[in-house]
Amino acid sequence: MTDQSMTDPNSVRKVVSVQAAPEIAWRIFTQKMGVWWPLATYKIGKANAVDAVLEPHVGGRWYERGDDGSTCEWGRVLLWEPPSRLVLTWDISADWQPDPALNTEIEVRFIPEEGKKTTRVEFEHRRLDRYGARRDEMRRVFDTEGDWGRLLASFARLAEGS
Amino acid sequence: MKESRQTKMGNDEMTTVIQIERALDALGDPTRRAVFKRLRRGNRSVQEIADGMEVSRPAVSQHLKVLKDAKLVLVRIEGTRRLYGIDPRGFAALRDWLDGFWDETLMAFKHEAEREAAKERKMK
Repeated sequence: MTDQSMTDPNSVRKVVSVQAAPEIAWRIFTQKMGVWWPLATYKIGKANAVDAVLEPHVGGRWYERGDDGSTCEWGRVLLWEPPSRLVLTWDISADWQPDPALNTEIEVRFIPEEGKKTTRVEFEHRRLDRYGARRDEMRRVFDTEGDWGRLLASFARLAEGS
Repeated sequence: MKESRQTKMGNDEMTTVIQIERALDALGDPTRRAVFKRLRRGNRSVQEIADGMEVSRPAVSQHLKVLKDAKLVLVRIEGTRRLYGIDPRGFAALRDWLDGFWDETLMAFKHEAEREAAKERKMK
């Protein structure tokens, strides 16, 4: 996995080579997210997350489902072009809370290589300046709850540990 | 020995947290965000940044100072000109934990897709 994120301060880019055809990579990414997503570590809702779901069309919801049947929205589908291109909004704020107005963007491209035996997956999480844009609106909430720093500390720990 | 290492880790963590907080605070202001965005297209002088904005030059200087303190912007001296540009360090703190998060998540995806591909190859 290479990291090209130094080029644009407002985006995180990843490239990962997957030993699978683009059709399989696409299917696993979009239909089996609940299987591979590290739900035990990264979930947003209060309930224990048991699945992560991406509705297969433009405008579709992207959400996690809890063991109590509740759902918690992560974002929306902006572009749906199987098996090659996917654009989503990521509406999870810096303290891991759903924020439908956040609108950071994720683009995933599935590019066939070596006669379709391998897929080059290009991933970009962009418009990160939106975290700042929402910061002033969210600050009051953080100040009230007083746990902004504590949450950030745990994110920093997770990021450094990976 | 073990304890002192833990203390050090705690300090690094705090530094990261403070840096993220500063970056987010600095970008919480819409005018500062506009200034920051202008610098994405290259280094600019205060006057060049102020041109076309409905903000006075001193106000731009003040915003630049806040961005500079948050390590979002840095100053480059070119001859007699002071040029402002994006400092990769400030946003890096915010990006770092997203970066680690996506690393972990995409690796998990890769393993699952490869497991599935191997399974389907076997069935053929």
